[in-house]
Amino acid sequence: MMYELAGGTLIGLAAALLWLGIGRISGMTGVLSSVFQSWQPQRRWALWFLAGLLLAYPLFRLLGGEAPVVITDHKGLLAAAGLLVGFGTYIGNGCTSGHGVCGMGRLSVRSTVATVTFMVAGVVTVAMMNQLGVQV
Amino acid sequence: MNRQRLAPLVALASGLIFGLGLLVSGMNNPAKVRAFLDVFGAWEPALIAVMGSAVTVFALAFWLGRKRSAPVCASVFHEPTLTRIDARLLSGAILFGVGWGLVGLCPGPALVNIFTLNSDVLQFVAALLLGNRLAHWLVGPIKHKA
Repeated sequence: MMYELAGGTLIGLAAALLWLGIGRISGMTGVLSSVFQSWQPQRRWALWFLAGLLLAYPLFRLLGGEAPVVITDHKGLLAAAGLLVGFGTYIGNGCTSGHGVCGMGRLSVRSTVATVTFMVAGVVTVAMMNQLGVQV
Repeated sequence: MNRQRLAPLVALASGLIFGLGLLVSGMNNPAKVRAFLDVFGAWEPALIAVMGSAVTVFALAFWLGRKRSAPVCASVFHEPTLTRIDARLLSGAILFGVGWGLVGLCPGPALVNIFTLNSDVLQFVAALLLGNRLAHWLVGPIKHKA
């Protein structure tokens, strides 16, 4: 539990730094979309944020950290999941960071409803896959 | 010295700290996320502490920001103005939740895992980017009321 609390605190601090520093919400959905709109000056902060995010893994490993990634190798599942997450977060305007961390931290009802909705959808999906015997 | 010139550095540092938080907490590991979502099976609730602590720390910072007229290195706070709870929000959240449950990756962890160079992660990220653009082309950005 200590690692989860420490990691969550870092995520909260990062979001706090971005908000108090430059007045931006650290939503990964917006950062993702900004990759395609990088010519807009108001999107440029997101590319700097993304650069920092991408540097985290090499730095973490360099410092001796272990970060296992256990993921399915089922090509169909990977494609379907990636498409659904990319499509869904775009039209829902946020994901676990923008709606979950920052939106709920702002006491936004809209973000709280979105967070509860995607959590429930995720729980139902895993339960149904278990029922159907889909191995991941 | 003009503090606004520090803005890119602030964003870079924030992204780095955010990524380290995802790695330290294990949020980057799809198997761990799926176990967290497996409420009716072999549930591992520990990841709730990630969300709980992150929301608490950010809520405090957001409240502190209320006492300021502007951020330290920028001229305005860009607070989201949308409050609507409509079919677009709910359908987006449902599609996202289903995809999240299928593999156990959401956008932040997927991006932070890019330099693992794991081919399955890279395939997910490619599909993620394609899904984002498909939504942009087929549905388009949200309309803000004037």
